[in-house]
Amino acid sequence: MSTPLQLAVNAMKEQIDAPIASFFSSCVHCGLCADACLFYTETCDPKYTPIHKLDLMRSVWSREYTLWGKVLKLLGLNRAITDDDLSKWQELVYDSCTLCGRCSMVCPVGNDIVYMIRKMREAMVVSGHAPEGLKDATVRALETGSPMGVSLTTLEAQIKHAEKESGLSVPMDKQGADYLMLLSSAEIAQFHEIIPAVTRIFHEADVSWTLCSEAFEGTNSGIQIGSSDLAAELLERIVSGAEKLGVKYVISPECGHAYTALRWEGPNLIGRPYSFKVIHILELLDELRQTGRLKTEGMDEMRMTFHDPCQLVRRGGVIEEPRQLLNMVATDFVEMKDYGKWNWCCGGGGGVSANEAAESLRLKVFERKKKQLDEIKVERIVTACSNCRNMLEDGLDENNMDIEVIGLTEMLAEKLTSQKSATSAGDN
Amino acid sequence: MRRDETLADYLKQQGISRRGFLKFCAATASMMALPLGATEAIAKALSLAKRPSVIWLSFQECTGCTESLTRSSRPTLESLILDAISLDYHHTLQAASGSAAEEAREYAMQQNKGEYILIVDGSIPVKDDGIYSTIAGITNLQMLKDTAQHAAAIVSVGSCAAFGGIPHANPNPTGAVPVMDIIKDKPIINVPGCPPIPVVITGVLSHYLTYGTIPELDTLKRPLAFFGDTIHDRCYRRPFYDQGKFAKTFDDEGARKGWCLYELGCKGPTTHNACATAKWNGGTSFPIESGHPCLGCSEPDFWDAGGFYQPISTADFDVNKLATTAVVAGAAAGAAFGLYNRHKKSSAEHQHHKTSTDELKE
Amino acid sequence: MSAIELLSWARGPALQFSVAVFIVGILIRVLEIWILGRKKDLSEPKAAGFSAGMRTIFTRSLPPPGMLKYLISGYIFHIGFFVVLFFFVPHILFFKDVLGFAWFGLPNGLIDGITILSLASLLYTLSIRLSDPVRRMLSNFNDYFAWTVTFLPLLTGYLAFHRHITDYTLMLAIHILTVNLLLISFPFTKLTHAVTLFASRWYNGAIAGRKGVKV
Repeated sequence: MSTPLQLAVNAMKEQIDAPIASFFSSCVHCGLCADACLFYTETCDPKYTPIHKLDLMRSVWSREYTLWGKVLKLLGLNRAITDDDLSKWQELVYDSCTLCGRCSMVCPVGNDIVYMIRKMREAMVVSGHAPEGLKDATVRALETGSPMGVSLTTLEAQIKHAEKESGLSVPMDKQGADYLMLLSSAEIAQFHEIIPAVTRIFHEADVSWTLCSEAFEGTNSGIQIGSSDLAAELLERIVSGAEKLGVKYVISPECGHAYTALRWEGPNLIGRPYSFKVIHILELLDELRQTGRLKTEGMDEMRMTFHDPCQLVRRGGVIEEPRQLLNMVATDFVEMKDYGKWNWCCGGGGGVSANEAAESLRLKVFERKKKQLDEIKVERIVTACSNCRNMLEDGLDENNMDIEVIGLTEMLAEKLTSQKSATSAGDN
Repeated sequence: MRRDETLADYLKQQGISRRGFLKFCAATASMMALPLGATEAIAKALSLAKRPSVIWLSFQECTGCTESLTRSSRPTLESLILDAISLDYHHTLQAASGSAAEEAREYAMQQNKGEYILIVDGSIPVKDDGIYSTIAGITNLQMLKDTAQHAAAIVSVGSCAAFGGIPHANPNPTGAVPVMDIIKDKPIINVPGCPPIPVVITGVLSHYLTYGTIPELDTLKRPLAFFGDTIHDRCYRRPFYDQGKFAKTFDDEGARKGWCLYELGCKGPTTHNACATAKWNGGTSFPIESGHPCLGCSEPDFWDAGGFYQPISTADFDVNKLATTAVVAGAAAGAAFGLYNRHKKSSAEHQHHKTSTDELKE
Repeated sequence: MSAIELLSWARGPALQFSVAVFIVGILIRVLEIWILGRKKDLSEPKAAGFSAGMRTIFTRSLPPPGMLKYLISGYIFHIGFFVVLFFFVPHILFFKDVLGFAWFGLPNGLIDGITILSLASLLYTLSIRLSDPVRRMLSNFNDYFAWTVTFLPLLTGYLAFHRHITDYTLMLAIHILTVNLLLISFPFTKLTHAVTLFASRWYNGAIAGRKGVKV
């Protein structure tokens, strides 16, 4: 029977690989990562220095995997981490890190700090040191299928609304469809306009698609809490659903980490490549735009900008697509000074939004986003992640800023050219 | 002056009468405002004055230092021997040989106890009780100790006597050591060089003879007057060094234009001697001026300080050879430690703890 | 021991030991890293990771937007250090002896100025390390020690060349001893970054490049 500390140390030993060993060997304590992290820049508290958040893992690496570290261990000059350390570090590994990845982009010696934080969380989960809110969300996701407890019933109700609104039917469990669309709970519960939006777009563009009753949730709390075991369990549902329906593609919804989970971590979590391809909704829409299947009419003249969700842009690789799509419908589009892969995090990703203990910190660091927006003075922010959407709205509210927030797909759907006649529900 | 000659005898020989001599003493006394009767005292003292006795011991040497001394021009060797000192023992220059020579040495030591100057050239072998160099059946080691006992001062002429020199070079089979390693209780002046500049040898002797004191020495017991600067400090090619103009081979454009010889291994920057100023052959030239890099011969272990043609800034050993060995050793050690770590990681993976939903509820 | 004997020892046995420790130590560190390995990535790449990694090795040397002010002193020090190490004629002769080939050197006056700049930038970065809250929090013995063993060769080299303080032979011996100390310190301190940063930057670039992100 192992103690939580032993479990944590063992997990770290499992997780430390050649990249991590290389990163710790290369770190020169220059502190540039702090200057790229909004949790430091907006609080000026040095403990939020990204590489410092990994000091426990560094200690384990040094003592276990380096000759000199082992010598120092023998000489008593390299103390072992304690349970107290783990408790202290919980705030640093969870509350003050959204896995946004800016630090990984600036480190002069090339350390991918997010890579390490993700793996550090494995040790925190296994020793019980994850935040309550995140634990609860994960339990809900595992037991109900949704971290917010959104059930199939709720989804079905939203589908009914969507069908009524669009005059089109929303396919569910359609065997042999090309695309399986996933959704995030936040979309189903709050930003449900996405459902009629995609329904109409896919109808106009002749996309063969479906939802899946056994696997409608795209988000993955396992990734956020940092447990590969739990993340794999959640992911298997999507994989099995997709395989059952025999789809060619699974569409990752307007959600940041869902893309990371499904597109990049997924096959590694389940230990085998997919039999389908993964595409982000924006990637699909841009494809449709390029092939002329996505047609819009009319332009929005509002002064607007795009907030790049971190997991999509620098951790995902979906950078140009939103801009190409926005160009179709916006006349007064302006980029923030740090845009694209340099964008600043909304402050709520990586599980921070599910962590009540981190709320005040999260709202404080929104100051960074506020500064970005104040510089360009826009009326609207377009984004492609419901969590970002919520975080932006929260932050704007807190700061009394009168800026509209909208999802990109929804915005495109508003300007969609309706060439095909609406067919009654059931005909597709 | 012969060794047992007094000044009075000498002056008589030179044709200076007793009367003339007394006149000189009287003039000296009155100039120094000495009382009546001083004239007589001065005359008495001066007439009995003798030339200082010098015993020259040659040990493990090549006789190069003596050869250099014979080229001395200021003062010439002849005037030195005949006028200023009484050279009572010297293998190369003395007329006597065999037991007669040794008797001369012992007599001089006895007669001038505590006052004679001992000059040594050549190193002293100490291995196997010093059997590797003997004179008249006596080891150099023993002869040095015996002769040094009642000497006033010792002058180690040449790098062998000063620092051990060439016999001392790796692997030093005879256990050659310098004089200062053996004699610890007498004033020693080191006059290194292989050989030393003639005028440096005679200059040091002249200082002692004139003032009766040891000149100011550096930490290696070398007279600062001659060894205070490095060759580099006084080298006439220094402007080329500063300009970055170097001869790269012995007959290239740089060499012919007289550029700096640093790249050809010149040890000028780390060598203390008077070559750049006093030069050789009565001030004719010195190695660098002749186009050859300084060997650093007046420094300890100059023979072992890397090659003569290896610049000072190179390593003193075969780096490539060492590097190859180190790479092999490092790769082997690294592989071993690396595999051990890999094994540790595998064990940790085998002990993987699968998180359950229940754990999250705790 | 006299200065010349110290110099012979410094460029002889002491340097031998230092070079050996440097090579063996670095190899152990590199292999300890490499042999840990990493799991194969089963996700479908958007672009080639290998070439992206190679690209990042170079591009990571450029300053991220708005961050030049944090990096200037680092650039001055690193560039200065390399210029002095590789373009000062006596140093080139050392490398020529080892490698068998040489290259052009820079005028001594220029090297001199660059040495001063490097020393100044090191002093500046030390002041930042001591005063800035993030750097002060991060810094430990390793950092200050590494700074010292990097500072000393530059300083002693300058002093030896100018024959300011003491006898050239002694100062040169001290300079070479400080270089030996630097070499020995390499595998045990963050100075290893000089070697491992290539791997780190490559991993970083490859991981991101695979996803189609240029970092």
